[in-house]
Amino acid sequence: MPLFVFLGKRLLVMIPTFFGITLISFFVMHLAPGEPMAVQADFNPKMTPEMRERLRAQYGLDRPLPIQYVHWLKGLLTLDLGTSFSADRRPVWDKIRERLPVTLLVNCLSIALILVVSIPLGVASAVRAGGIFDRFSTVLVFVFYAAPAFWVALLLMLLFGVHLGLLPISGLHSIMGYDRMTTLEKVLDWGRHLILPVLVSALGGLAGLSRYMRSSMLEVLRQDFITTARAKGLPERVVVYRHALRNALLPLITILGLSLPGLIGGSVIFESLFAIPGIGQLMWTSVMARDYPVLMGNLVIVAVLTLLGNLLADVGYALADPRIRTGGGR
Amino acid sequence: MHVMKVIIALFLTLAIMGQTVSGRAGTPDYGGYIVTGSIGDASTLIPMLSTDATSHEIAGLIFNGLVKYDKDLNLVGDLAESWEVSPDGLTITFHLRKGVRWADGVEFTSEDCLFGFRTITDPKTPTAYAGDYLVVEKAEAPDPYTFRVTYKEPFAPALSSWGNLVVLPRHLLEGQDITKSPFGRRPVGLGPFCLSEWKTQERIELEANRTYFEGRPYLDRFIMRIIPDAATMFLELKSGGLDWMGLSPIQFDRQTDTPFFRNNFRKYEYLSFSYTYLGYNLRSPLFSDRRVRQAIAHAIDKEEIVRGVLLGYGVVATGPYKPDAWFYNPDVPSFPYDPEKSKALLAQAGWHDTDGDGILDKDGRPFSFTLLTNQGNPLREKSAQIIQYRLGKIGIDMKIRTLEWTAFINDFIDKRRFDAVLLGWTIGQDPDIFDIWHSSKTGPKELNFIGYANPEVDRLLIEGRRTFDREKRRKIYFRIQEILAEDQPYTFLYVPMALPIIHKRYQGIEPAPAGISHNFIRWWVPRSEQRTLVP
Repeated sequence: MPLFVFLGKRLLVMIPTFFGITLISFFVMHLAPGEPMAVQADFNPKMTPEMRERLRAQYGLDRPLPIQYVHWLKGLLTLDLGTSFSADRRPVWDKIRERLPVTLLVNCLSIALILVVSIPLGVASAVRAGGIFDRFSTVLVFVFYAAPAFWVALLLMLLFGVHLGLLPISGLHSIMGYDRMTTLEKVLDWGRHLILPVLVSALGGLAGLSRYMRSSMLEVLRQDFITTARAKGLPERVVVYRHALRNALLPLITILGLSLPGLIGGSVIFESLFAIPGIGQLMWTSVMARDYPVLMGNLVIVAVLTLLGNLLADVGYALADPRIRTGGGR
Repeated sequence: MHVMKVIIALFLTLAIMGQTVSGRAGTPDYGGYIVTGSIGDASTLIPMLSTDATSHEIAGLIFNGLVKYDKDLNLVGDLAESWEVSPDGLTITFHLRKGVRWADGVEFTSEDCLFGFRTITDPKTPTAYAGDYLVVEKAEAPDPYTFRVTYKEPFAPALSSWGNLVVLPRHLLEGQDITKSPFGRRPVGLGPFCLSEWKTQERIELEANRTYFEGRPYLDRFIMRIIPDAATMFLELKSGGLDWMGLSPIQFDRQTDTPFFRNNFRKYEYLSFSYTYLGYNLRSPLFSDRRVRQAIAHAIDKEEIVRGVLLGYGVVATGPYKPDAWFYNPDVPSFPYDPEKSKALLAQAGWHDTDGDGILDKDGRPFSFTLLTNQGNPLREKSAQIIQYRLGKIGIDMKIRTLEWTAFINDFIDKRRFDAVLLGWTIGQDPDIFDIWHSSKTGPKELNFIGYANPEVDRLLIEGRRTFDREKRRKIYFRIQEILAEDQPYTFLYVPMALPIIHKRYQGIEPAPAGISHNFIRWWVPRSEQRTLVP
């Protein structure tokens, strides 16, 4: 099967999946207790029941759910995600657009960091499996994996921010004087502010990916073609880095593709800790406020990312291993 | 001789200079800025549309109302220079200040008040605050400096309702849908500060209004940083990223008691405008007997909760008001800790431990119930545990359940599915508590969710709303407090302290019953300590 036919088929399947996701999410969201008015008005002595009904009508919440969903869907088809229920009544897309870049920036940097550290770490562990380095690195990455991110973050802030005074504690850039900086200074300023958040958000991923890399590498190293290569007298370096690593990286593609949507969810913690105005924070506040349009908007982004991630993983696999495309195999 | 003269002259000059120098130290300097932190971002700066504290705090610096509370919590004029209440109590006439200008230079007039009033009562305006204004029968602006409102019946809280919710610039907003107007994010006010920048979820920056009618604030800028995590905020304070924040009791007591904080910061404490209570579902057979509620009040050591949970930063509450308010009655029954008396009261009500399992029972039913409280309030969770322990001592089995806020309200409070709750109320500056205690307010979604009904309280609450005379009102609310204390529909627990910490370089802060920010525009930093804008 040619690649584009394979791709077309996959894309076609994605459309009903996407609508299925939005449908289920929409109804589940409305089943959850609480309403936007409840959050705004509960325990406010000035909020009369009539005012509450008035607000419900304004939000369109007095209409039956299926009609609300169709209304939302119509908006989506014209790329209109609606307006937020929060008091600012801003378009959902504006809210998402101003925050998405920050989250993507931090996550891309953190993925880059994870890859740069975990691949060599995994390979080195696999090559010397059972040795001191292997054990030591296993313990270390699991300690970081097990330690709660918020705790590690606070320790790092205390050390680098308060005691050493080397790095800023929170925010994306300096508050005072930022506007008067040159471009280079601005980039450096952002860099300084991003070191801790990127480090913290990468810590969890490091453990997973480096262990994954290690086991994948170990498996490949045990295979016949590696034995053959060794038997041919190839130097160990060539065996490990040219023959084994290429094959061991293959499963990594899937993992990376599938971890794409999880990134937004994971952003909630470090964005709150480091006061970074990203999409994770937006999602958290809109869940707490029952801001349905913003939640649905975020969900669309996450759904699209999930589907794209899946597609990327599939395509990556298909490119790397043509047998998948033809539906063949062993 | 000559040298002597010179020396004397020199001394005299130095003495005079010294005097001038020290004299100058008392004169406030203009300039500088202050950075404070907030857990959440503002939503919109149109006061009638927002319901969150951050929005109101910022909007309060940008807008003014017709009246305001001064540092001793007396109602004084703000945009209104004076006012008259007609003898029948139905009409209030406000005489507005002349020459007040909006930040864009247009003069403020009574038309702006009228426009704001029409907007807040417009059915299309999604506001949570219309209630007080819907009882207005007629609002008029007979001339640019007079604004008059007429009520259907006398309404004592009316005056304070003309605080900073309603006045809006008509020339900028007329004919617009205020929910969609960019005004909410780029407001034009007439208050001491103007918005200069608002970066969503990052910071809100205000600049001094140089033409403010009470004189420009000494500080040039006010910056509020949005830091969603309380621990991060504290570290920012420690590292110099913040000048001002509110502390928790433990931070106030233990974590800021270091040479660093003593040298660099000043801490303040004053009663906050809220109280925490244990509320009973009065429809439940467990709590319908007043003696049972009084017994529980005697079984809980409220001093212990204040000491253990608030670390002493709070006072025991005896009713729905705080002790420094003019309508607070200091002589109501306070139900001191007395477990023996509790047991006696419970025995009178028919509760005895007949089966010897340590738990009281009556008609074969053990005295066992669940206390609900909301998640995310550690002070309440700890108080609940102390109450559980104390009630256990007198043979009452209490379970604790913490719930997410909206689920709690919707599934338990609104549906009346609770035995008892541990919650708090904000205390207003007007004593009117009609919505919480009147028996007509027990309907769905209304605030008297415990189902309290007492004909005398009902009558007094209505009388209190119709009386403008302070002395008469004081008597009315004193009586209400006596009845509530006797009836114990709630066991009032504590009024916590507000515990702000502010950098030492800020001068002119005057703690008062209203808190510390009542004279914020008079805070200043000596020029030598003003930080420059370079990082």
